[in-house]
Amino acid sequence: MLAFCLAGTLPLVPLYRLRVLRQPRRLALAVVLAGAPFLAWDLWATHTGHWHFDAAQTLPWRLGGLPLEEIAFFVVIPVVSILAFEGVRAARGETSSRSGVTRRARQRDAG
Amino acid sequence: MTYTALAGLAVPLAIALDRWVLRTRLTSTSSWWLAYAVIACFQLLTNGWLTGRQIVRYDAGAIIGSERVVAFGDGRLAYAPVEDLGFGFALVLAACALWTWLRPRQDDE
Repeated sequence: MLAFCLAGTLPLVPLYRLRVLRQPRRLALAVVLAGAPFLAWDLWATHTGHWHFDAAQTLPWRLGGLPLEEIAFFVVIPVVSILAFEGVRAARGETSSRSGVTRRARQRDAG
Repeated sequence: MTYTALAGLAVPLAIALDRWVLRTRLTSTSSWWLAYAVIACFQLLTNGWLTGRQIVRYDAGAIIGSERVVAFGDGRLAYAPVEDLGFGFALVLAACALWTWLRPRQDDE
C-alpha cells in the first residue's frame, strides 16, 4: 500500500521538476511535526483498542505495539500529500521553485 | 473518547492550524482542495484495501458502524469507517500547512 502511494507520487518529482526532495530538512521537519500527533493518536488508539492490526498480514516487528509499516505510514503519507499538493501547484503554474519566484519578482519589479 | 469524537475534533483542529495558527490558509486555495480531492480518492482505494482485507480491524464501540466489514453503509465507505476520512483530512492538511509554513525566506512574497 505504501509502495503504491510512492509509485503514484514520486514520478511527479521529475515530471513537474518539484523541489520537494531537494529540501530534505524542510520536508523532514514538516513530516515530523505533522506526523507526531497522529502517531501519538495511533499509539493511544491501538492500546485502547479502537483498532488493531492483523498479525498474520503485517511484519512481525513491533515498535510500541505498532507494526513497522504503521510507523512508516506516518512518514510516507505526509510526504506523498506534500508531493501531490506541490504537483497540483506546479501543474497550475503556481510553482514555488526559486527560479519561478525570482521570475515573478523580476516581472513585478519591471512592471 | 471514541474514534468518532476524535476524528470529528481533528478536522476543525487541522483547519484552525492552517487558518489561524500558521496562517497558511491553504483551505482558501483551490489548489489544496484539488490535491486533497485526488488524495481522498486514493485514500478510499488504499484504505479500502487495508480494511477490506481486515489488515486493520476496528472496535465497534469506537466507531459509528459495527464490526461488520461492508463495502458501503453501516458507517463505512469503501470498507473503511467514515472516521478515517476525518483522520486523513487532518493529517494531509497538517502536513501541507506545515510544509508551506516552513518555506524558505527567499520564497516569501
